[in-house]
Amino acid sequence: MKRLNKVYTILIFLFLYLPMVVLIVASFNTGKDITDFEGFTLSRYSELFHDRTLLPLLMNSLKVALISSIIATVMGTAAAIGIRKMSPKIRSFVLGVTNIPMTNPDIVTGVSLSLLFTFLGVLLRIEEVLTFWTLLIAHVTFNLPYVILNIMPKLNQMDPALQEAAMDLGCTPMKAFFKVTIHEIMPGIISGAIMAFTMSLDDFVISYFVYGPSFITLPVEIYNYTKKPLQPKIYALFTLLFVLIFVMMVLMNIFQARGEKRKTDQRGRGTI
Amino acid sequence: MMKKNNPTPRRHLPVGQALLTAPYILWMLIFILVPLGVVVFYALTDANTGLFTLDNLGKVFTGSFPAIFGRSLWYSLLASLICLVIGYPVAYFIARQKPSVQRTLYMLVMLPMCMSFLLRTLAWVGLLRDTGIINGFLGLFGLGPFNLIRNTGAVILGMVYNYLPYMILPLYSVIMKIDPLLIEAAEDLGCSNRKVFTKVILPLSMPGVISGITMVFVPAVSTFYISQKLGSTGTTMIGDVIESQFKMAHNFNLGAALSLVLMVLIFVCVGVMNHFAGDDKDGGVVI
Repeated sequence: MKRLNKVYTILIFLFLYLPMVVLIVASFNTGKDITDFEGFTLSRYSELFHDRTLLPLLMNSLKVALISSIIATVMGTAAAIGIRKMSPKIRSFVLGVTNIPMTNPDIVTGVSLSLLFTFLGVLLRIEEVLTFWTLLIAHVTFNLPYVILNIMPKLNQMDPALQEAAMDLGCTPMKAFFKVTIHEIMPGIISGAIMAFTMSLDDFVISYFVYGPSFITLPVEIYNYTKKPLQPKIYALFTLLFVLIFVMMVLMNIFQARGEKRKTDQRGRGTI
Repeated sequence: MMKKNNPTPRRHLPVGQALLTAPYILWMLIFILVPLGVVVFYALTDANTGLFTLDNLGKVFTGSFPAIFGRSLWYSLLASLICLVIGYPVAYFIARQKPSVQRTLYMLVMLPMCMSFLLRTLAWVGLLRDTGIINGFLGLFGLGPFNLIRNTGAVILGMVYNYLPYMILPLYSVIMKIDPLLIEAAEDLGCSNRKVFTKVILPLSMPGVISGITMVFVPAVSTFYISQKLGSTGTTMIGDVIESQFKMAHNFNLGAALSLVLMVLIFVCVGVMNHFAGDDKDGGVVI
């Protein structure tokens, strides 16, 4: 039974990775078609690096992802701490609103923000209302819940006596936060920030409804590309992003493993 | 800020707290709640006159729209159930490994979620089409070519492929927390393997099942790319219709009405599902 499940799990992983393998193989193909492997080449990568449109778009995506995840992390961390101290009624209302972007389909979130911006555009008589700023606002909005939901459990796990102890020792609440609380909830902040960053980097559906021609991100442009025959350098870009995200995840994994090891060592519970 | 003569300076000050959450609450009001109000506003007004009308909502219930809504619900329900059946054993397997292996496998499940779903769906076109990789492979054995694309099956396959990780992760995080002693106890009391599963493991993993189904169902029902690439004109989904209302027909009012109905439908579906899950309130699983 156990062996069977192992084989089965491997098969499902093959299913999950098969299309990505196809794309990665296609990035080394001399032919243009994804199905026929005609020969090995690295020229797709040099084409990519000489490309004047794709790389700026990737930079745009990174820019939005970085700025929006930083804003969301700061605002979300502050909010998570404040939410805990609220009266139960207000807290459940705030958490309810926090859940809306998680349970609403992306297309509805995108449509609703796009309508808000259009509405404001008409109201304020702005010609081109959809710009970098609308995109940034949308990304911060859908990033915030991820940050908060990653930090809340860490705050709940934290021993409230720690902060009190710091304050008994003469810290102001502000100082106690920066000296004690923030260290305790750091894993939550980091995983929330990373999740926000990756969600933002790869977001297509919401961006698609709120982007303007003056600022386009990579996933949106890939959508426009996929309507025509695809240029093989996109496969090269996919492969590079795959490697990048893979490395990022491995690092996160090592980081987490170390954190856990330190915790178990501190508690002297021996090895896991 | 409060003055220093406050008798209990060590407590968090209400003003400070309000300052902490105010930006967030303001942000969410303006960019979550108000936009939903704007959707309702557009859905209930006429495009030309700007006056109140029920025409847009009326249109949603006529013509081909009800059938498209029905199809979207049916496909995504099917996709969720398939994800549950094929994802459960994987989640179970991962949850029973040593922590380091668990972490690695968890990462491998999460990785596809971070990669462009457009390109991954496009790769399926390369795999499935008549002259594609799968038919080419089968051709080596003198089989085929089979018609694998532009049909319902391909659309559902695309959904299952795209959203399977969203099923595996919440299931895993619930199964991982099941105390192995409970399983041993059931075995000691004479339960067969199957009984252990149906009486102990499955009931305890119900919160994961519910949140997994929700996490697959909601994005699947509103998807607008998969059926364009893998389906035919007979497999159009409601997401495709909403997209074309906004991006091609530029009928924002009808688009808003369709979005509103979609939102209400999803709200009802998720509500019904949570109702069936019983009154287990802490069923929410965050991945």
